[in-house]
Amino acid sequence: MPASSDVAARCPVPRSVLPWIGRWPLATLLACVLLVGCSGPWNDPYPDDDRQVRSQTIYSAFSARPKHLDPARAYTSDAYVFVGQIYQPPLQYHYLKRPFELTGFAAAEVPRPRYLDSQGRELPADAPASEVAFSVYDVRIREGLRYQPHPALAVDAAGKPRYHALTPGELSRIHTLQDFPEAGTREVVAADFVHQIKRLANPRLQSPILGKMANYIVGLGPLSERLREQAKSLPRDAFIDLEPHAIEGVTVVDRHTFRIRIKGKYPQFVYWLAMPFFSPMPPEADRFYAQPGLAKKNISLDWYPLGSGPYMLSEHDPNRRMVLSRNPNFAGEVYPSEGAPGDREAGLLDDAGRPLPLASRIVFTLEKEQIPYWNKFLQGWFDSSGISSDAFDQAVQMNESGDIGISDEMAARGIRLQTSVATSVFYAGFNWNDPVVGSGGKAGPAERERARKLRHAISLAIDQEEFISIFRNGRAIAAQGPIAPGIIGFREGEAGLNRYIYDWVDGEPRRKPLSEAKRLLAEAGYPDGRDAKTGQPLVLYLDTTAGGPGARSRIEWYVRQLQKIDIQLVPRLTDWNRFQDKLRQGNVQMFFLGWNADYPDPENFLFLLYGPEGKVGRDGNNSANYSNPEYDRLFEQMKGMDDGPARQQVIDRMVEILRHDAPWVWGLHPVDYTLRHGWLLNSKPNSMAQNELKFHRVDGAARAAAQAAWNDPVVWPIGLAGVALAALVLPAWAGYRRRERRLGRVDARGSAGDAR
Amino acid sequence: MTAYLLRRLLYAIPILIGVNLLTFALFFMVNTPDDMARMQLGVKRVTPEAIEDWKRARGYDKPLFVNAAAQGGARFTDTIFFEKSVRLFVFDFGFSDDGRDIGREIRERMGPSLAIALPVFVLGLFAYVCAAVLLVFFRQTALDLAGVVACVVLMSVSAMFYIIGGQYLVSKAWRLAPISGFADGAAMVPFLLLPVVIGIVAGLGASTRWYRTIFLDEMGREYVRTARAKGLSEMRVLFGHVLRNAMIPILTGVVVVIPSLFLGSLLFESFFGIPGLGSYTIDAINAQDFAVVRAMVFLGSVLYIAGLVLTDLSYAWVDPRVRFA
Repeated sequence: MPASSDVAARCPVPRSVLPWIGRWPLATLLACVLLVGCSGPWNDPYPDDDRQVRSQTIYSAFSARPKHLDPARAYTSDAYVFVGQIYQPPLQYHYLKRPFELTGFAAAEVPRPRYLDSQGRELPADAPASEVAFSVYDVRIREGLRYQPHPALAVDAAGKPRYHALTPGELSRIHTLQDFPEAGTREVVAADFVHQIKRLANPRLQSPILGKMANYIVGLGPLSERLREQAKSLPRDAFIDLEPHAIEGVTVVDRHTFRIRIKGKYPQFVYWLAMPFFSPMPPEADRFYAQPGLAKKNISLDWYPLGSGPYMLSEHDPNRRMVLSRNPNFAGEVYPSEGAPGDREAGLLDDAGRPLPLASRIVFTLEKEQIPYWNKFLQGWFDSSGISSDAFDQAVQMNESGDIGISDEMAARGIRLQTSVATSVFYAGFNWNDPVVGSGGKAGPAERERARKLRHAISLAIDQEEFISIFRNGRAIAAQGPIAPGIIGFREGEAGLNRYIYDWVDGEPRRKPLSEAKRLLAEAGYPDGRDAKTGQPLVLYLDTTAGGPGARSRIEWYVRQLQKIDIQLVPRLTDWNRFQDKLRQGNVQMFFLGWNADYPDPENFLFLLYGPEGKVGRDGNNSANYSNPEYDRLFEQMKGMDDGPARQQVIDRMVEILRHDAPWVWGLHPVDYTLRHGWLLNSKPNSMAQNELKFHRVDGAARAAAQAAWNDPVVWPIGLAGVALAALVLPAWAGYRRRERRLGRVDARGSAGDAR
Repeated sequence: MTAYLLRRLLYAIPILIGVNLLTFALFFMVNTPDDMARMQLGVKRVTPEAIEDWKRARGYDKPLFVNAAAQGGARFTDTIFFEKSVRLFVFDFGFSDDGRDIGREIRERMGPSLAIALPVFVLGLFAYVCAAVLLVFFRQTALDLAGVVACVVLMSVSAMFYIIGGQYLVSKAWRLAPISGFADGAAMVPFLLLPVVIGIVAGLGASTRWYRTIFLDEMGREYVRTARAKGLSEMRVLFGHVLRNAMIPILTGVVVVIPSLFLGSLLFESFFGIPGLGSYTIDAINAQDFAVVRAMVFLGSVLYIAGLVLTDLSYAWVDPRVRFA
């Protein structure tokens, strides 16, 4: 859309109109708005972007402001949308290949670990985990990587930092990062990665992975303790300089290589290297942002990131919009030339070899509510959208064979539907220490078996397929165990069937009949839902944080599911903090939780039921407090194994133990539905990659044409409103005149006569 | 007048202390700093050490009211209560739980809030008074009856309906204005048209009825009869005399909300993507960022008290008979 000055040039204001403008400023304002609107769609939400800028821009939305943009702290999907594009960790997931495959990003290649025994002697690559005392990863980064332009890296003629000693005068002129007149850059070096790992131990940052990484990275835990002690002796806002501190297990080998030594064998460690936590961070950034007065102006690394990734945050107003622009110093990465089967036919390799990023700019607009978001997508102002429950029937339809596809209305607009199973699991957990549903505190095997049968009966009675159909519009698959599809160790089809709950019939899983649940319930000691000894009805309690009308209907559905086998389920609605308290104290019987995978390894799911991860007493991630010595032993064995048939065998056995013990009601794995306009190219769902936007491209001409066609304003309502107003005012005016004439109070000019 | 003002301001202090104590008790005794830390840090891989670090970094590791380990005045100043509540009295709002300066956020967000609240307030007031005067002028006629029925219908409809219906008709079906969003400078006008119109329409029914009632009360007064006897036109009677004399009850309801305009509208800002203080408060409530919520509650109390004082002052302005003792 042309700028307003263009419009003025095309519609010059006659001099005779000027006095009118002075008399009627409001009408003039409205006229100006309408005139500006004449030059393009009136409902254009991007009035500042000209045609050239738009053709290179991806338009997206975000619903909640990211809490953190510091790579040591960011750990939510809201933040990863931005952080993933700005920072450059050593590794990344291949955009197209499936199953997920790691490739180099800042690193030249995926590092292979060297294994050492407790004496420091090198072990063979296939050494069993029990013999490995340390794993050593030498990470060689690509040469020539450079940071985005940033004032923290600006230097003067003598090569000294330009803005690391701001005077009060300079500070008074600074309100945002853009107020610094100069910006600089420098090459990314190995020491920056080491610095970032030290930042994970900084108590001021409260990195969410410190606890996990301190268990592995040699020296990270002691460094954390030293820094914590130092922090206690300093004022709350004093700078903690990390440079004098060394970290035993992380060292610089040469300018472009750093070494990480971890305890034992932990093959999953490389997955962590694909997360922003391990992105390079220049120490200059910490020194720059630590200057007094900047935090008070909200100028911090948590607000203004400094990365070497394909994009940089050029506009940061999370109350309205955030804009990523191409990092001019990013180079050397091209669109992949290989993909999964079918990718070439789908056109996903058409841009092979082109330098990344393909789009120059990404605009994220804050849209908290679903309705405006959805309508803007339909009008072409957003390039992609999820599908809310309200819009599901409009967007998606089921054909005669039961397959879900795009609706005719969406297809006519060239919108495409993409589906992918999320690497997540949602479940209802049983508290293993509960005297009724748990087996943890039971005296004998017979009692444990009774509780197990009760859990199976409940799992059978809760019809996940019905839940998915009613509450998720079919957008999920019923879980057969804890591991999500797409993750190593997950088994498809009959081989992956939970035979305690399902039968394999006609090539698909079929839930066992309810009579089986009732039989198990009777064997558990509750025939017809009553305690065989006391005759009292079986009452179970479900703690949930779900509130609101939608959640209430879901809870009522669960209550009805257990009513089918005569169990009374009592929901206990509680707020999130109290819920967490109850979990920590073990004061729950049944509860809902979910888990999103950090990386595509089964260890990231199976640890949720590992005994030492118990919630009670240890505050771990095993909220069910499930404990099984055989499972725990197998878990310790599995997590140190390399992928292969032997590991798969162990995983199968672990999953079988879990299905037998049923510490969770295996819930569902969500299926993500995404709608994309035809002009958004190279889009392929990748639930692991956080940096996929650099691969996307837009056909700007097609989008502009569609936006113009879909947003032609309908002006007759304005005329109608005018007529309606006139129809209201004119009779009133006539009535007023009549009445005044009748009372003889109107003079010849029609104005009120002054009798004074 | 000055003595009266001072007295009112002094009265405000215990009220604000009470509000402060109440919010402090609600936020710190019901919801402990540990809860806040867990809420901010999330549930994935959070360690007790991380929670302690979070509390220490924000001063939540201190005692609530009395710091027995401190000396002298620090026994009371080196506490959570002093740092988080007493400083509010000098408008030092501190930092939000995610580390942002609250005072700066408030200053940045006041503009967008006013951009929508002020036109709705001014144009709305004008429209409501005009509509009420019109109905009063045609009182006891079919037009008056139709107007009152229309007012009852309008006030019976939820504001949500106006918003969703307005967005559907104006922005989706007719494509006359952006459905949501905001821009700086003059570019904000197209974004404000729809919320301002909806804001005015949403208040039309209740306000018009209210003003109509006030005007009808005045219409029976003797000065109205006198004015008519002088031969003044009905319009002059209504706007020149009735409206002026009806100002006190109007001001009672109107002036008190003027300072609160800065605080914005929770619903409108959320639905129309206006980055004002209303959406700031909603976001803080959703994120359980109690530092922000506490600051906004305090600010709301201050502005409400300011509104009440302004109302009193406006009485004297519109009615010379009113004198402050």
